[in-house]
Amino acid sequence: MSAKATLLGIDQVNKRFGAVTALDAVSIDIRENEFFALLGPSGCGKTTLLRILAGFEMPSEGRILLDGNDIARVPPNRRPVNLMFQSYALFPHMTVRANISYGLEMERLPAAEIRSRVDAMLETTQLAGLADRKPDQLSGGQKQRVALARALVKRPRLLLLDEPLGALDKKLRGAMQLELKRLQHEVGITFVVVTHDQEEALVMADRVAVLRNGRLLQCDTPHAIYERPADRFVADFIGVMNFLPGRANGDGLDLASGAKVSGAVPANLAAGAAAVAAVRPERIALFPTEPTENRVRGTVEALAYHGLDLQVHIRTDACPAPFTIRLTADAADRRPPRVGESVEAGWSAADTRIFPE
Amino acid sequence: MNSASMPHGLKLVLIAVFIFLYIPIAVLVALSFNEGGLPTAWSGFSLKWYAALAGNRAILSAAFNTLIVALISTTVATLLGTLLALGMEVRRRRGRMLEALVFAPMIIPDIVLAIALLSFFSMLDMPMGLHTIIMAHVVFNLAFVCSVVRARLKSFDWSIIEASADLGASGVTTFRRVTLPVILPAVIAGALLAFTLSVDEFIIAFFTAGAGRSSTTLPMQIYSMIRFGITPEINALASIVMAVSVTALALSQRLNRGVIAS
Repeated sequence: MSAKATLLGIDQVNKRFGAVTALDAVSIDIRENEFFALLGPSGCGKTTLLRILAGFEMPSEGRILLDGNDIARVPPNRRPVNLMFQSYALFPHMTVRANISYGLEMERLPAAEIRSRVDAMLETTQLAGLADRKPDQLSGGQKQRVALARALVKRPRLLLLDEPLGALDKKLRGAMQLELKRLQHEVGITFVVVTHDQEEALVMADRVAVLRNGRLLQCDTPHAIYERPADRFVADFIGVMNFLPGRANGDGLDLASGAKVSGAVPANLAAGAAAVAAVRPERIALFPTEPTENRVRGTVEALAYHGLDLQVHIRTDACPAPFTIRLTADAADRRPPRVGESVEAGWSAADTRIFPE
Repeated sequence: MNSASMPHGLKLVLIAVFIFLYIPIAVLVALSFNEGGLPTAWSGFSLKWYAALAGNRAILSAAFNTLIVALISTTVATLLGTLLALGMEVRRRRGRMLEALVFAPMIIPDIVLAIALLSFFSMLDMPMGLHTIIMAHVVFNLAFVCSVVRARLKSFDWSIIEASADLGASGVTTFRRVTLPVILPAVIAGALLAFTLSVDEFIIAFFTAGAGRSSTTLPMQIYSMIRFGITPEINALASIVMAVSVTALALSQRLNRGVIAS
């Protein structure tokens, strides 16, 4: 993807509620036409940041730069930014059409233009047949599309989405993830979505910012965040990760079990310091045929079949939690593991990440 | 209530209670149509007592006064009560003290409120008349409107107010186009309730009306007529007052049910 201009600069933003620090010196640059995700567990500050971007909260310190202008103190009704609320917040006494028109009426546009833009938006969001319904006559998925249409029709510079798929059931959520991506592409508006669902963030976003306790831990592409997590928390929060505790040495870790794990040791980690080695389940070979730097022996404790893959849980001295390996359906067919079987697993030093404990 | 599942004994008690409650009212309404005018004998159907009412200047002026008091006190109480309810819900965290103070006029006995208002007005040396009745009625009507609107606000989705601001509306526009239309059924229900209470309120009006006949309200007029015995005219008048009250109350409850259902 080509480098794009910065649309929104979040610059050293702090937010305190009394003695509680909700955001701690957060700086993020969001680019033009980007699908950006703010990801983190509940209470991490992502919703506070979204409300600051919408104008419902003011930062205690720091700037919010839209096209280079500080908008931190501009009220929500004067910002070219729209928010799709988690609860959808549809006006219950208005029809779908009136809900969508509302924002354009506030701009005092000519009636004919409002009509044509609303019609086009009803078309885009596949709501044309529901224009005269009231919100309480709509399903959850339909309400979600009305909320989206109502925000999008204003053609904001930035569309904020607060847990947009949170209220939908799992199957619909998968479809809507792709739908949101398609729509974002179609309208060419920058999307910032808040979510606690790491899978949702990885699937939809061009870039993801991971927050925890009000601090930005990592901001990068989904691939980079998955493959090169910045710290132990990110590694644990995104996807499945095996952690092997031990102490750092020059070129890896001495595990408590006496075994060694090879991997690049970060510069700030002194020899002998407590650390963990992390490796993704899909990077590990069961019954390895090629020599790899790292080996673990153990007993197969459980098998979990997922269709596309088979998850093998191994009980081993090397780590306290079951050591998880993901075998592709092919690999599992070639040499199916059995529960209770004594096995060896191997992976390379290049696939090993080492973090301070 | 599911009356089918009720034991027969209980059903009889229920019917007896309803008879006890409604027979006097039914008799009153029936007698207002009694041609002869004697409470002991039915001599035929007639509307003549209603016609007589229309010719009674004292009654007409009292009815007019009651209407003035009810309309103005309802309007003022509805405006203030609605704003008060909104303000209280927005700042709900500010403790329960205000709540108790606002609802006190609903609980304090009318006679106590009446004496309090009378001494208050005399202390201020305020000449009394319709305006003091109106003020007194605003006091208790405000509490009723406020409680009805607040009940609606308990289920109000406050995020629609933020959504309106987010879509570019000012505070005033948001109130006019979003907040008010959503709470309107409750506001009207509160207003109808206030109107009903004001129309048949006697004690407080009696205490705060002052000396002149010019500020006599309908309940006061009936009271003064009744001292010379119950006439069929009074029956007719009471029937009309009851019809107005029951209609307003039924409308109010209907609106409130709609509110709760939504």
